[in-house]
Amino acid sequence: MESKGRKFLKNPFVLTVIAIILGFLVAMVVLAAAGFPPLKSVGILIKSMVGKPKDIAAVVVKSTPIIFTGLGVAFAIKTGLFNIGAEGQYMMGCVAAVAAGAVLDLPAPLEILAVILAAVLASALYGGIVGVLKAKIGIHEVITSIMLNWIALYFNNWFTNTRLYHKPATIGTYPIHESAYTMVLYHWKKSEAGRAVLKSNDFLKQVLGRNDINMGFAVAVIAAIFVTWLLTRTKKGFELRSVGSNIDAARYTGINVSKNIIDSMMISGALCGLGAAFYITGQSPHLLNTLSATENVGFNGLSVAFIAQSSPIGCIFAGLLFGGLLYGGASLQSQVGAPTEIINIVIGVIVFLVALSVIIPQFLDKHVRKAAPKTETVGTDKKKGAGDAK
Amino acid sequence: MLNNILVAIGITLMYSTPLALAGQGSVISEVSGVVNIGIEGMMTIGAFFGTFVGQRTGNPWLGFLCGGLAGAVFGLVHAFASVTCKADQTVTGIAMNLVGPGLALFLCRLFYDGATQSQPVDHKIPTLFPSGMLHGAAKNLNVSWTTIIALLIAVGMWYVFYHTTWGLHIRAVGEHPAAADTLGINVYKVRYLSVIASGFLAGLGGASMTLGVVSQFSPTAISGQGFIAIAAIIFGKWTPHGGYLACLLFGFFTALTVLFGGSVIPVEIISMLPYVATIIILILFVGRASAPKANGVPYEKGSR
Repeated sequence: MESKGRKFLKNPFVLTVIAIILGFLVAMVVLAAAGFPPLKSVGILIKSMVGKPKDIAAVVVKSTPIIFTGLGVAFAIKTGLFNIGAEGQYMMGCVAAVAAGAVLDLPAPLEILAVILAAVLASALYGGIVGVLKAKIGIHEVITSIMLNWIALYFNNWFTNTRLYHKPATIGTYPIHESAYTMVLYHWKKSEAGRAVLKSNDFLKQVLGRNDINMGFAVAVIAAIFVTWLLTRTKKGFELRSVGSNIDAARYTGINVSKNIIDSMMISGALCGLGAAFYITGQSPHLLNTLSATENVGFNGLSVAFIAQSSPIGCIFAGLLFGGLLYGGASLQSQVGAPTEIINIVIGVIVFLVALSVIIPQFLDKHVRKAAPKTETVGTDKKKGAGDAK
Repeated sequence: MLNNILVAIGITLMYSTPLALAGQGSVISEVSGVVNIGIEGMMTIGAFFGTFVGQRTGNPWLGFLCGGLAGAVFGLVHAFASVTCKADQTVTGIAMNLVGPGLALFLCRLFYDGATQSQPVDHKIPTLFPSGMLHGAAKNLNVSWTTIIALLIAVGMWYVFYHTTWGLHIRAVGEHPAAADTLGINVYKVRYLSVIASGFLAGLGGASMTLGVVSQFSPTAISGQGFIAIAAIIFGKWTPHGGYLACLLFGFFTALTVLFGGSVIPVEIISMLPYVATIIILILFVGRASAPKANGVPYEKGSR
């Protein structure tokens, strides 16, 4: 029999929430040490994340790409792979989305489909390279992923400056065609009737008028449910997880290990590609820019997956938290003067503590006396204690 | 022609130095059985403290040392998480990569009036020979002392690893901790010291960038070198000498991109060269890499 308190502390969700609260506390200590008012700062941070409908909508928009990359990373972890290449896969997805969307000029549903397909394919193939090199030649996925991230960055810059796509006098490309936009009610928002409604209704004006609310978030939720279903309810998912948990056992039972490694990397890449597609089609400025460093959408996906402890559904909430902090961090700087980098410290501490939290259940079992049961369980407890001492 | 070759060698040594220092940091941690993917974050914090101390005191050597110490503090935190708490080392390493640059930039804005760039240091770490002593093409070989230190550390690590009891202990703990424990080696202690040393070397690597190559801290001073160092170590099959050579090779490809930049081929394509070449070399020559057996596996006393 476990006491209620013990059970409560063993719940991974509870532990994650505690880690998040502690992350904020550490941030407050850092802010106080630097001479900023800690309570006021955190208050402003939270208020600017959820204070107005406009803010909540902006957070959802900001979070969508990192929820997708988080899903991609989480999927790979579940199948035993560490996809540090999410960054490069995401960038290649963005390039492919613009490559298709700026040139093709199809009617809306077809155009959107074409752009999404291009992004997903490009990202899946880019992830697939890592999978093939690992499965067929045995090169560590981390090393190829890191190299491919850099190649993607320079590819993005090369592509941005090609004659076909580069928009003169800017550092970017031409935007994609409007028919590929995935913002909710985009045309209605710009029409006479739409503008009249938005003017009279403050809530709608804040949510729709001030933000690029797009279909990406809904698709992310569907994707999270799909990934959960795939991993836990299908034969394919079972194979993928088997390869992840014990590669030799999987091979012995006749599972095609190489194929599953490649498939896993491709699916992980495809999820990052979906994020890229909805970023390009759903958010301004709908184009690529020359980058001096990576934009960290993929790397932030790693943090999201870790905070969610690789749960696909958890990625939605972890992504919203991360996106919210990124969005709120900006107003922290403008209103209190505290550097936005405090956000990275908060996230880093949360990731660190979530990793540490896995030891708490073990610690409780080992070192903290169980809530004294009076009947026959005493004997078994003693035996277990003796075993631990050995 | 000779001039070009010497220029290439000079640039190779310059660019490979931060990688080589951080790479040795990666080796010692991984060989002792602790994955340290937080090298990048430790480099960034080392780069900031190195520049900050170097700029405020005017003594680049003191800055260099403090850069290493700042990295070592992060190493200690990583060791606590991965050895004592047995947490997932990859995850805590990523946390280091968030907190390191976050804290570095946070402090930079505090100390430099909200700017993400520090003021430049007055004195960089000196070069091997005083300027003016060498003439002509030989000037290109007047490398920074940090380059010599990186080479000495690599040689020293090789010696420690393969010719001393300490090195044997580190390798034993990474290959089979339970067996090492039976022989009376304190697994936790060896791993703690290795990871702290790893942070120290990564910190030195970061400081060598901002005190030896450029002369100030900026958000892009450390941008990916930590990850490249990790890749170089995998490439060098987890040995100090292999890792050092891999870092040199990477520096050489970077030198090629500098030399051939701005020619017929677009600069963006040339810039891919080091990364593409690494993958191709891996495909052709390296094949299956074998990590230290217990790498990434926390050791629980009494487990087999």
